[in-house]
Amino acid sequence: MTAIESGAAGSGYNFAYLDEQTKRSLRRGLLKAVALPGYQVPFGGREMPLPYGWGTGGMQVTAATLGRDDVLKVIDQGADDTTNAVSIRRFFARTAGIRTTQRTTAASIIQTRHRIPEIPLRAGQILVFQVPIPEPLRFIEPSDSETRLMHALNDYGVMHVKLYEDIATYGHIATAYAYPVMVDGRYVMDPSPIPKFDNPKLNMSPALMLFGAGREKRLYALPPYTPVASLDFEDHPFELPVWEQACAQCGSRQSYLDELIVDDRGTRRFVCSDTDYCAGRRERQEARL
Amino acid sequence: MKALLTARGLTRLHGPGKGCQNVSFDLYPGEVLGIVGESGSGKSTLLNVLSGRVMPDRGSVSYCDAQGRVVGLHDASEAFRRTLLRTEWGYVEQNPRDGLRMGVSAGANIGERLMAQGVRHYGRLRQAGLDWLAQVEIDPQRIDDLPRTFSGGMQQRLQIARNLVSRPRLLFMDEPTGGLDVSVQAHLLDLLRNLVRDLQLAVVIVTHDLAVARLLADRLMVMRHSRVVEAGLTDQILDDPQHAYSQLLVSSVLQP
Repeated sequence: MTAIESGAAGSGYNFAYLDEQTKRSLRRGLLKAVALPGYQVPFGGREMPLPYGWGTGGMQVTAATLGRDDVLKVIDQGADDTTNAVSIRRFFARTAGIRTTQRTTAASIIQTRHRIPEIPLRAGQILVFQVPIPEPLRFIEPSDSETRLMHALNDYGVMHVKLYEDIATYGHIATAYAYPVMVDGRYVMDPSPIPKFDNPKLNMSPALMLFGAGREKRLYALPPYTPVASLDFEDHPFELPVWEQACAQCGSRQSYLDELIVDDRGTRRFVCSDTDYCAGRRERQEARL
Repeated sequence: MKALLTARGLTRLHGPGKGCQNVSFDLYPGEVLGIVGESGSGKSTLLNVLSGRVMPDRGSVSYCDAQGRVVGLHDASEAFRRTLLRTEWGYVEQNPRDGLRMGVSAGANIGERLMAQGVRHYGRLRQAGLDWLAQVEIDPQRIDDLPRTFSGGMQQRLQIARNLVSRPRLLFMDEPTGGLDVSVQAHLLDLLRNLVRDLQLAVVIVTHDLAVARLLADRLMVMRHSRVVEAGLTDQILDDPQHAYSQLLVSSVLQP
């Protein structure tokens, strides 16, 4: 720990904002998280220059994993061009001097909020999730010491109580995002507020998935090729949402669609939430014309 | 017949004379043991130690499980004790709010133990909920209502249903009729007596109400200042108490 790495282009900050000791402590936590897939590892969360709830956990994980040769992509609800995504991307471009991209295929690290990219990730890529509430049992059991004990003792009966309530109230499992999963048959995990449409992408993913909760100061991880199963009932199996429409811009019927109201008369359009996927499809369609 | 639950020299003291000390007994399958005594005599402490929720200072509790294995309760792992408490055992709290999940429906409350045991079929969970609501005389149409919309007596009956759904062999009850009015108490006791008989349940019931003890218990232990001062058959103790404190307890009940 003799050499303090110089930050990017005279920003005055250490490489990727956090100091080296902090990044080391984060990496220790991440190694433990990778060793115990789905287990929540506490870590010493730092103040970041943006408010809790805007991705402080994800940013700390990104800072700890970034190297000089990495190419960073940041998405928010699937989009590269929203305020949060732009700000975080620019933050790391400034404090780490690394290259950034909007292409899923060109990125080595992707920080995300609420989505997993449509283009399948490949081995060697890292997906970093911003997590608001890491504890899937919280809503049914408010005590943290009790939920930790429940995780330790594999005591997960209450998880299905929530799904039962959904069916009793709505006739189907109405949980549409942050849909709880069982990781490698051991830990129940909150996959962060991604739509349940993305849950199957967690299963046996070739990419490393890291989760950081800044306010709650917890890390967890899915190493590559980890079996991840969404919880369900035998007579009410896990189902993916379907749309009657195709994307209004690229015509995709495979992607997750956002509903947009485009005028004062309530006209609706459905477009891909993953902007890179949508743009890539349109480029290829235009090239063919 | 093998004893279901065996306590030997059980001691747990919070202070001199506070808690329970040197309690020994055997409980056989299908037997109802009443623990009576004044407030602060250590009844609830004893129940907590017996059910493995609290570790004793001295002494042991062993339990003969459904497969006939005898297990030292406090030597076993916490995971084992928790599994017992939601499978072969039940625990009915004095205040139903402590024993129920107030934020989820009656049906989910009843189904929770089954889900914890791995039942993953909604239809079967639903049917169990409906059956047990009927068994404890709650209108099955209220299966989707929250417990907080139930009256005190109904909440207590729901708590009993939630515990019995896993077909336990042993039930711990801490003043199950406390806080209920007299007619509701009578109804609940009647229901309990029938369930205990039908399901061949062994019960350890803590109460300060001798009428409850007389109705439900086969045997009684009278506690005072953390010690068992008298133990025996219920009728024997209530009709011919030997210890001075038992005599006081029996004579202080108003005779109609």
